[in-house]
Amino acid sequence: MSKQDLIDYVLHLADNNLILGQRNAEWCGHGPVLEQDIAITNITLDLVGQARNFYQYASQLKADGSTEDSLAYLRTEREYKNHLLLELPNGDWGQTILKQFLFSQYQYLLYHQLKDSADEVLAAIAIKSLKEITYHLRWSSEWVIRLGDGTKESHQRMLNAIDELWSYTGEFFEPVSYELEAENAKLNVDVLKLKEPWLNKVKEVFAEATLPMPDKTFMHTGGKNGVHTEHLGYILTELQYMQRAYPGCEW
Amino acid sequence: MTAHIIDTNNILKQLEEIKDPEIPVLSIVDLGIVRDVKISDDEIEVVITPTYTGCPAMDMIVADIRMLLSTLGFKKYKVTRVLSPAWTTDWMSDEGKKKLQEYGIAPPNKKIKIPQDGVECPLCHSSNTKLISEFGSTACKALYQCNDCMEPFDYFKCH
Repeated sequence: MSKQDLIDYVLHLADNNLILGQRNAEWCGHGPVLEQDIAITNITLDLVGQARNFYQYASQLKADGSTEDSLAYLRTEREYKNHLLLELPNGDWGQTILKQFLFSQYQYLLYHQLKDSADEVLAAIAIKSLKEITYHLRWSSEWVIRLGDGTKESHQRMLNAIDELWSYTGEFFEPVSYELEAENAKLNVDVLKLKEPWLNKVKEVFAEATLPMPDKTFMHTGGKNGVHTEHLGYILTELQYMQRAYPGCEW
Repeated sequence: MTAHIIDTNNILKQLEEIKDPEIPVLSIVDLGIVRDVKISDDEIEVVITPTYTGCPAMDMIVADIRMLLSTLGFKKYKVTRVLSPAWTTDWMSDEGKKKLQEYGIAPPNKKIKIPQDGVECPLCHSSNTKLISEFGSTACKALYQCNDCMEPFDYFKCH
């Protein structure tokens, strides 16, 4: 595996967390009730904390003066490698919950592989993060069930959320070149292997939530290679504003 | 000169003066985040591990440790962060758990790994309590309310 492939892979993991964290952070002060506002922002804190570990590692690998900050604040859309799903607008609470659940379930399975990776840094981050992801998964699963099996309106909103998000989940399981290289290098990150267990777990939760499993459908891809939806530019505009306006500024 | 008479125990004692800024009754030694102190002739290194990956108290704690080390007379000093092995509440000292309880935070209880009803109320010691939310005022805590004395309280989650 070339160094560039490893850097790209680490950035992909970092970007996933940062972009979902940034989206979830939009709920800060706007959650439906105080406890859940605190819950989603706590999850955000974990996601961004995990992203920092990956960015720090990527900057060490690059060894070109990059820092965790320059990687987060000074790359453009085409350089970001997150899944498209994670940059989609929050929509209502149901859509936010469903997005978190679909990703947490994926992250949980992926990091369970990654913890046995030949790359010791990635393995250490995965082991540490799994403790947190377990909380995220439990919390988001409970909410999918509560809303799906809740009122007529909450059920309808979850159906709408599935319509909005499902066609972005295929990207999880379609490896791009740096993921294939990572798997060849024994990083233990074969995403193809995750598809069946992921579908089974989602099916279990959907069944309890009285939600139907969607039919096979067209799946959007591109995020992992830097080809994004129109939404990412707006996220980065807000995320990166301070560093663009006041280069090098520090808290 | 001072460097030569300072040993690891002495440093640990001084590190006990550094508190978690979010839970000021707990020292970083009580919390179990100090993993090692390495001393050579002219260099000292303190190895720490974060509790949660995004814990905002970590940067402050690192700054506090550096401040302390800078006063000890070593030519070189550093604070190193490690992720492995991952921090667990099993490393919290008994003294730390006692201090938490007295401060009004229910300490981690191995029998309640996943937050659920029944964590002992740190105020009236009733176990007739309910979980309000798995996520509390900081990443490491869950929110509870006591059904007997009615007081809300935090539970430091098993991790």
